[in-house]
Amino acid sequence: MASGTVTGKTQKRSLGQWAASRDGQKVFVMIAFMVIPLLLLFVFTYLPFAEMFGFSFYNMKYIGARKFVGLKNYIKVFQRDDCFGALKLSLYYMVGSVVQLALSLYLATILSFKVKGGNIFKGFMFFPFLINGIAIGFIFKFFYTRGFVFDTVLQWCGFELENLPYWLKDQSINNISLVGTSVWRYFGQNMVLFIGAIMSVDAELYEAAMLDGANRFQQFKYIILPSIKTIITLNVILSITGSLSAFEPPYVITSGANGTGTYFVIMHEIAHTQQKVGLASAMAVVLLLIIFAATILQKLFFKYIFKGADDEDLNATVKRDKKLAKYAARKAGR
Amino acid sequence: MTALQKIGKYTIIFLKYFSLVFFSFVAILPIVSCVVTAFKTETEYQNTNVMTLPESWLNFGNFVEAFQKANMGRAFLNSFIVLVSVLVISVFVGTQLAYVLNRFRFPGNGLIRNLFLFATLLPGVAMQVSVFEIMTNLHFINTLYGYIIMMCGTDVISIYIYIQFFENIPVSLDESGVMDGASYFTIFYRILMPLLKPAIVTSCILKGVGTYNEYYAANLYLQDKKKWPTVATSLYTFVGPLGSKYNLICAGVIISLLPALIVFILFQKQIYSGLTAGSVKG
Repeated sequence: MASGTVTGKTQKRSLGQWAASRDGQKVFVMIAFMVIPLLLLFVFTYLPFAEMFGFSFYNMKYIGARKFVGLKNYIKVFQRDDCFGALKLSLYYMVGSVVQLALSLYLATILSFKVKGGNIFKGFMFFPFLINGIAIGFIFKFFYTRGFVFDTVLQWCGFELENLPYWLKDQSINNISLVGTSVWRYFGQNMVLFIGAIMSVDAELYEAAMLDGANRFQQFKYIILPSIKTIITLNVILSITGSLSAFEPPYVITSGANGTGTYFVIMHEIAHTQQKVGLASAMAVVLLLIIFAATILQKLFFKYIFKGADDEDLNATVKRDKKLAKYAARKAGR
Repeated sequence: MTALQKIGKYTIIFLKYFSLVFFSFVAILPIVSCVVTAFKTETEYQNTNVMTLPESWLNFGNFVEAFQKANMGRAFLNSFIVLVSVLVISVFVGTQLAYVLNRFRFPGNGLIRNLFLFATLLPGVAMQVSVFEIMTNLHFINTLYGYIIMMCGTDVISIYIYIQFFENIPVSLDESGVMDGASYFTIFYRILMPLLKPAIVTSCILKGVGTYNEYYAANLYLQDKKKWPTVATSLYTFVGPLGSKYNLICAGVIISLLPALIVFILFQKQIYSGLTAGSVKG
């Protein structure tokens, strides 16, 4: 390193040796520290990614002979009613995530000002995020059962049981019920993220605004909203891609019955129950392509919207891309 | 004018607390109803409304039965082994990788970072179609170590938490170590690792909650539910013939979420800051 040059020329040879060993050590440490994570990344992410692409051209099961069928699987994805059509259900999840974002932004704004018992409210609303998926499945099967929790609460509010639908069976409402559980699970977590973002706004801005006589709504509109613009954008992008890959609520609560099977639930069924690995792989590839397209389109859209507000250079866009990925990882919590 | 302002002010305060109370109620209602039901005896459960409070809050019969039926002793042991191994491995792997990526400049540094970032954009469920094939070929199915290794492979958040933390540790610390003739390993383990403690705690909590709650891969790769249940997958016991015995199921559900609750109560602040860290600025 740089400090080595100070030592002088008299010890040139030993210095050279020292440098060599130091450099050697450096390379050694780099390899030692990187080989395991890179191997894991390769084996569990990029190798399966490549394999999946390959599988999508075969008619195959996990075990046994494989037959090359070209693009047949892809054609099937678009022809079968249960495959591509399932993407329609994503619309429910998209609407749900917009509701969720608005709700958590509203609650975050309330909680970032002084509120009595704020931490307790925050804790209550956040806790659902920490419950495991299977437990959530049972909790909501129970919650929505005819005459059980939800119906009872609605009866307290004056509804008649006869007028209430079967929340998980009635096809006109069951997808909404499922989306509700997803909103229930994640709005608190979103709220915590937004509170963090709002808290990072310089407190002096609020004081100045107060002195100028700005009310809460004006503070929200002119201080909070602009300063958490980025995080909201990221959340919108993620929620749209997330809606396309909606999986958990139907998987754990209804197992995709009664018209609640989203694209991934059906893909899971095709892959692991029917063992049509090729078809499932083609489905996965198609959805990945759609997700990438959606992400790029949205980025262009937001870039267009913010063009007037601030001239974003290429650097900033790249930065946002990276943030998006990091953010996605954090939200996924894996 | 002032009276009107006062009315406005109180309306806002009312709305504020009403929203908070209402949504807190919505958030805990499903859980509370589960707790209520878990304390009911079989006959009580069948004869009373689900929201009627149990006769006795000391009726732990359901908890005992659920614990035994779902083999939760074994499940807690398995989950504990998985949790500890995954955390230890990913702390070492993650901090080491972050160290190299943050402290050394070499061609491919940026590429490696991007490879990890891009990986996060691939939906996990889609990937499992082919990961399953790889796990089969590696003979990792129905082995705890196979599941553990797979769980370590999907770790990207921690790496970013560590990299961010490294950025705030002055390089002069490393340099003084170099001056003293310390090897890179010594510098890393003796000087830097202790300083990373807050980041390690944060990422362990996040990763820990995620690992403890993971059920999808556990269900796929630990198929032998008698031998290898985790706490989350042990709840699958209640699918099928037991599927309508909600007093039992609720007890099982409550048992499964107790550890998460305890961790939440103890580490609330770290959980919040861990989620927020890095996703805020810029």
